[in-house]
Amino acid sequence: MARELTKKERLEIPRHAMPARDPAERAHDFEEVALGYTEELAVGEAERCLGCKKPKCVDGCPVGIDIPAFLVAVADGRFIEALAIIKADNTLPAICGRVCPQEDQCEATCVTGNKGDPVAIGRLERFVADLERAGGEVRMPECAKPSGFKVGIVGSGPAGLACAASLARCGHSVTVFEALHKPGGVLTYGIPEFRLPKAIVQEEIRSLTALGVDFQCNFVVGATATVDELMGEWGYDTLFIGTGSGLPYFLEIPGENMIGVCSANEFLTRVNLMRAFEFPYYDTPVCIGHRVAVVGAGNVAMDCCRTALRFGCENVICLYRRTRDEAPARIEELEHAEEEGIDFRWLSAPVEVLGNDDALVSGVRVQKMELGEPDSSGRPRPVPIPGSEYDIEIDSLIIGIGQGSNPLLTNATEGLEVDRRGRIVTHEQTTMTSISGVFAGGDIVTGAATVILAMGAGKRAAGAIDAYLRGVPFDLEEQLIDVPLKESPMVTEQETRTQNGAR
Amino acid sequence: MMARILEIDEIAPAFKRYLIHEPVIARRHRAGQFVMILIHDHAERIPLTIADSDAVRGTITLVVQEVGKTTMEMGELAPGDSITVVGPLGKPTHIENLGTCVCIGGGAGIAPLLPIARALREAGNHVVSILGGRTLELVILRLEMEAASDEIHYTTDDGSLGAKGMVTHALDRYIEVSGRPDMVVAIGPAIMMRAVAEQTRPLEIPTMVSLNTIMVDGTGMCGGCRVRVDGENRFVCVDGPEFDAHAVDFDRMMQRQRIFLEQEEEARRRFLTAHLCRAAAAGGQVHGT
Repeated sequence: MARELTKKERLEIPRHAMPARDPAERAHDFEEVALGYTEELAVGEAERCLGCKKPKCVDGCPVGIDIPAFLVAVADGRFIEALAIIKADNTLPAICGRVCPQEDQCEATCVTGNKGDPVAIGRLERFVADLERAGGEVRMPECAKPSGFKVGIVGSGPAGLACAASLARCGHSVTVFEALHKPGGVLTYGIPEFRLPKAIVQEEIRSLTALGVDFQCNFVVGATATVDELMGEWGYDTLFIGTGSGLPYFLEIPGENMIGVCSANEFLTRVNLMRAFEFPYYDTPVCIGHRVAVVGAGNVAMDCCRTALRFGCENVICLYRRTRDEAPARIEELEHAEEEGIDFRWLSAPVEVLGNDDALVSGVRVQKMELGEPDSSGRPRPVPIPGSEYDIEIDSLIIGIGQGSNPLLTNATEGLEVDRRGRIVTHEQTTMTSISGVFAGGDIVTGAATVILAMGAGKRAAGAIDAYLRGVPFDLEEQLIDVPLKESPMVTEQETRTQNGAR
Repeated sequence: MMARILEIDEIAPAFKRYLIHEPVIARRHRAGQFVMILIHDHAERIPLTIADSDAVRGTITLVVQEVGKTTMEMGELAPGDSITVVGPLGKPTHIENLGTCVCIGGGAGIAPLLPIARALREAGNHVVSILGGRTLELVILRLEMEAASDEIHYTTDDGSLGAKGMVTHALDRYIEVSGRPDMVVAIGPAIMMRAVAEQTRPLEIPTMVSLNTIMVDGTGMCGGCRVRVDGENRFVCVDGPEFDAHAVDFDRMMQRQRIFLEQEEEARRRFLTAHLCRAAAAGGQVHGT
């Protein structure tokens, strides 16, 4: 049993750092950077939780995990049970424990964090998930009796996976369509191995097949079959579209199509999905030189910087037109990049890519910026300083300035309403699109966001879809989706849980 | 989806035709579209234009010229083997009755030209085909193209078939004799398509080309296939593969096609070396070297 501790004693325990590999060593390979907690560190960290009567952390979680219950279980050393509590709301804990921006979510609202550092909820989520996987036996929550309804999920990224898991647990027959040859969406093609090992992604996805979810890879909805056909002759009762934000933005500056310039999506897909870091064992190459500039300072740009470094680039420069304070990347990602020696050039915007006669990139012309009045995003607008241009010698440029909505499915679907940016318009309450029975969520609705927000959207949509299929009214506030957990081997010590919806 | 190869035949030196069982794609395929293929877990994803489809039999036909590691390795597959096929991708060719259409095909470009010529003819156009290659046996699919055309002209570099010279010479002669056609479709090496575009531009003949650029996903996600068309970035995979020839920046496109030249050469060399070793170990004849 857990130690009896007073509130004061709990507050006095300092937050436990997560062991990570030495920057000098890790910057040259693709092995995971963060090592995760040991049992001792995990118990010690969980003991910091005050067990608030009205836990604020749950409010900060897009999928509404019963965080205090799981922390108590960890503090007690009941790790398997702790994981069961998480899995009631989130079937991908090993992934979320690694890539969620907890500092903006559960940990941001953690009461312990009011005075000191918040409880490291994300690290503990990762710990229990990794512990189970290391044990070799992955347990999943039980499913309701088969409903007879057939649900199609378009896209196997975070939104689609969360939606699929929830609906499978409701007893529906779920098929996930994926355009690429491996499921996972951005978890597979986008986030690098050293931050989210692909074996973990594939294993966590495999655990969904234990819930009965069927994956159809190499199936491009909008090309292989249309939404109309899936809802018609293919016999799906409803569809969820979670195709994400896979359309790379370019800079629209001179020289951008020279040899050595690519989008972050292309660079990361070649490396993560196609495993170009194992060329020529894997057949897909990647075009990367010795001096690389990455444009942008979001998580995707950080992934590019650190991946480039691991290809042995001598110098990796990050160009961002605002300052570190406005950089959209997670603090942890910025810190990791700084530790590894990325050369950050703040207030610097590329204005032209320079090249030789064969169109090989030889440099980038950069203009210095200063911060002006806030723009529509609320951040200070970068204002160019006239005459401040200077050239940096590079041989590769990676553009990581964001993604738009991929139009393949929306263009091929008649009657599907999209906004001027190509995002699918959904009903605020029901998440249904302009086509009856077709729902949508994640980046294709909100624009590029985070893994966990997309998962939250997928889970909410699942609630709406379940209600739609059963013909009952749906109330977003009272999620119908959280079917109480039945007695099952994984919840032996636990009483049947009551509803615990996302708020 | 995993699709089974039913038949493989060598239609010309280093050209193989694959008949593949893929009913879903066969039913949806329209002229001008392509598929992405992956021949094994470690392979590259490569785009291949669909040369033919049969919705009733549930088959698609791919014609592959063995130029690099992946296409050569594909050539070692046998009927009964399965490969990953994704599609059909890209916008179908816009088909309407315009009058006279000249369909120009060079080298491997004749394969994607075939379904387009057929569709144009079915729509009521007078289809004049001009096919070119280095030598007679490299001008592929002649019987099929003859059946799809009202009129056909050949050119070869060595004069072994038709007139000695380039397809552009044949187009010149055609225009001289029969007058200005209503449309030209040109598919082949970029240098050929650029030459045709330059030829038809002053004559203001609407000209369409089908581009074959480097792709990774084939669904608009990576932007590796981008080309400048009318001064704007367009993605060959989702905005194309067909574009107005007079608006395409061929020069930059040709440079971009060379991005991975070094790696391609390394992969090709390694493959051929391994191939030689395997053949030597088996005591058999070495083929394709």
